[in-house]
Amino acid sequence: MTETPQQADRATTIYEKSVPGRRAAQLPPLGEGVEETPIEELIPPKLLRETPAELPEVSEPEIVRHYNRLSRRNFDLDTGFYPLGSCTMKYNPRLNERVAALPGHARLHPATDPADAQGALQLMYQLQESLAEITGLPTVSLQPSAGSQGELAGLLLTRAYHADQGRNPSKVLTPDTAHGTNPASVTMAGYEVVKVATNEQGGVDVEDLKAKIDDDVACLMLTNPNTLGVFDENIAEIASLVHETGALLYYDGANLNAIMGQARPGDMGFDIVHVNLHKSFSQPHGGGGPGAGPIAVSERVEPFIPRPQVVRVEDGDGEFFDLDYDRPKSIGRLRGFQGNFGVFVRSLAYILSLGGDGLSEASRLAVLNANYLKARMSEGRAGKYLPVAFDRHCMHEFVLSGAPMKKELGLKTLDLAKRLLDFGFHPPTVYFPLLVDEALMVEPVETEAKEHLDGFADAIDRILEEAESDPEIARNAPYTTPVRRLDEVGATRNPRIRHAG
Amino acid sequence: MAGYTPATDREQAEMLAQIGVDSIDDLFAQIPEEVRLDRPLNLPDGMSESEVYRLLAGLADTNLDAERIPSFLGAGMYDHYVPAIVEAIISRSEFLTPYTPYQPEVSQGGLQVMFEFQTAMSEITGLPVSNAGLYEGPSAAASAAYLAMGQTRRTGLVASRGLHPHSRETLATHAVGFGASLIEVGLEGGLTSGAELEAAITDETAAVFLQNPNFLGAVEDIAALGEAAKAKGALLVVQVDPMTLGILRPPGECGADIAFGEGQPLGNRLDFGGPSFGFFCAKEGYIRKMPGRIAGETEDVDGRRGFVLTLQTREQHIRREKATSNICTAQALNALAGMIHLAWLGKQGFVELGELMARRTAYARGVIGSLDGYELLHDAPVVREFAVRSDRPVEEILPLGDESDGPAPRLPVYPLGRDYPEYEDSFLIAITENRSVDEVGWLAHMLEHGQAGWDAHIHEHDEAGNPVAGAAQ
Repeated sequence: MTETPQQADRATTIYEKSVPGRRAAQLPPLGEGVEETPIEELIPPKLLRETPAELPEVSEPEIVRHYNRLSRRNFDLDTGFYPLGSCTMKYNPRLNERVAALPGHARLHPATDPADAQGALQLMYQLQESLAEITGLPTVSLQPSAGSQGELAGLLLTRAYHADQGRNPSKVLTPDTAHGTNPASVTMAGYEVVKVATNEQGGVDVEDLKAKIDDDVACLMLTNPNTLGVFDENIAEIASLVHETGALLYYDGANLNAIMGQARPGDMGFDIVHVNLHKSFSQPHGGGGPGAGPIAVSERVEPFIPRPQVVRVEDGDGEFFDLDYDRPKSIGRLRGFQGNFGVFVRSLAYILSLGGDGLSEASRLAVLNANYLKARMSEGRAGKYLPVAFDRHCMHEFVLSGAPMKKELGLKTLDLAKRLLDFGFHPPTVYFPLLVDEALMVEPVETEAKEHLDGFADAIDRILEEAESDPEIARNAPYTTPVRRLDEVGATRNPRIRHAG
Repeated sequence: MAGYTPATDREQAEMLAQIGVDSIDDLFAQIPEEVRLDRPLNLPDGMSESEVYRLLAGLADTNLDAERIPSFLGAGMYDHYVPAIVEAIISRSEFLTPYTPYQPEVSQGGLQVMFEFQTAMSEITGLPVSNAGLYEGPSAAASAAYLAMGQTRRTGLVASRGLHPHSRETLATHAVGFGASLIEVGLEGGLTSGAELEAAITDETAAVFLQNPNFLGAVEDIAALGEAAKAKGALLVVQVDPMTLGILRPPGECGADIAFGEGQPLGNRLDFGGPSFGFFCAKEGYIRKMPGRIAGETEDVDGRRGFVLTLQTREQHIRREKATSNICTAQALNALAGMIHLAWLGKQGFVELGELMARRTAYARGVIGSLDGYELLHDAPVVREFAVRSDRPVEEILPLGDESDGPAPRLPVYPLGRDYPEYEDSFLIAITENRSVDEVGWLAHMLEHGQAGWDAHIHEHDEAGNPVAGAAQ
């Protein structure tokens, strides 16, 4: 097979482009009056580095060319459809980048006295209030850096809440459909994970919940709609079962994009919610971050939230926004300073742009898009080989099972995903949730136009048609990407994780 | 209202027909009435792009950022000059808008960046294994504690009070979940007390946390302090300021098992505290216990070089409750910014910047330390930050001007009182390549002569028309 030009252009690292003596940086002069004292006279030699770190020696044009070239070896949301389930890959408005880059935001030191950071604190306060309204809970802490840190914060809040009442329960319940971060966070918070089964509608198996909930349970962590894209209709019963034993109810906000302005976790009985600003609120995903994972909490959990908290203080002349450290029952800090402020700027810009009605409309169109694509894929070959796991109206995403495709065409979900790359699509999330055999989790989001949904459904159909006559094509895909299938087993067996100089 | 949503009414009708329902409301019927929101969200109406810009620019304008006043604030985040290429590269859609590289065939750019970043962090810390980044500095301390506890099967954590207060607080927060105890060790003459440290470490100590330079700016003798940890079988964990590693002995050469830190000084904006990135480097033996993403080199089916996320069996999406960390979305774009900055500084520039900071800091320390009413809190060696004691309460010297009509701007130095009651009369001064000799003169003037007219001083200009801070000197 002929290589594409990009495939023929083999990967070389910036280290391999290094030429001794080349450089990019030009530093300012020391300044008048500053002596060029030998460093050994300022710092004892035994505390000094003997040989310089091996950093690349490259000119500025070479750096720019190198990273531009690398960028073209990525698939990105601005290039094409990216229906990665559970990740809410919605359009990232460029206005948000512009306002985040203003010097008043970008060059504001985090230790600036609140008197000199009123705009920043007011912005954070307004975001707190907005998220409180959207989640239906009174208090928001913006501090957690991402969803998983929000989860850990929520579990530490749970621990503090129970301890304050003289209780020390040891278990946390999670459905078997939960994101992997849930059980990982549970362990880090010192709790034992107990799994709750899923019923035939894709929701929590209430009988199993009844069997497992007792006064040794600290909380139930739920995602609603869950990772199957299904809204749990029994939520009110679940909430009362959980609260009767004194446990708390935790909401994983990964799927909040389905219900903004339609229903609120607080109204469903949740005590703690984390929100992924990089999902529902359009912070760009950055190739794996940054994000932010604010938490919203009920009144009884409020005393324990992380510190410092942004507060609004009324004084004689008006209002003052401050950082409140005086929170004696607080679980403390989860990270440095006040959180991922740059993310807050972007998310508030997004909320202001859409307004309450716009957020509501975004969720409605996300659900419309998901159901439309699901309907398209219930027909023809996709309907035959990739049945929907839990066939009912979905919320913002849906899960297909590739089990029939594997049985009848000998094609694994992985093969289908790899072949999609040749058609210019990012594949859905694969092999999650674990409950569904050969799972494909599709989240089309509201910012995608109908023709892209159609294009995706058509591509799936063509791949399946092609596989009916020759499954080998997909089994060996992709063909057109910068590299083809990679040896992941070899990479793990013999880890090479840095350039060997 | 900017919905960023393309679906027209006609298209919506077509889509509903395909689904087989009459309205979008029908799709929400699965949400029980009792939990449905029966009113609009109580948020302002959507605004046009120009209105949102104006509103947020107005808020930004009320902040006193480092563009408007020479900032001597540090305490872990520093006002470095970020070269223009950083923003140009990280603004590219191909880096800005994808997610974690789960499909390596179409994510080679991001994966290779991670590989290069891991290499650079290994080089500057002197430790062979690096991950692709964590959230930020202090939470990386918690990750180190988690690794150390798993490795040693012990529950004691010992931290110098020279460790960043936010790292210590973050450790204390996480220790509740980890079932760990945290003991703090005091400072003497600006440096961690060796005797107190040795006394605090027991057979139950999982990890000993030091910082270099420590929070007061002092360069510690990590190798000497670390002996006590080694003697008891505890892991030596060192938080480092990456920008000082051009000249300071790297933690890997001082016996550290783990080095971590706040990555902001490398290519990241101040951003009022984030997003930035954390880094985490360790000895070879800990590779399968590392938190976070790691990229590894491999080959494709045709033998082409390529990169993948590797050792994923450590991670939450595979290992769930037995994972080495719960981290998922981290700070990939921020780590890229760090890598570009390091490449721009390069092998020589990285050393030169360390030397420049050390020399300018020595100069500033001399100027400020000799002012009437001020003295150095300690005389230990420093690189880029130093502590000064005042004979007046710090709260009195901070306001830049009269406060009868509301709060005056604050002198941008870091008061130590909140974190260190024992140093209530002291503050930190941080120096970068962005803080000129003139600005040091301005700071000295403000400290010595009072503060009225602070902005007039900043906004004076030299003969060439360039702004000169401290021109009144």
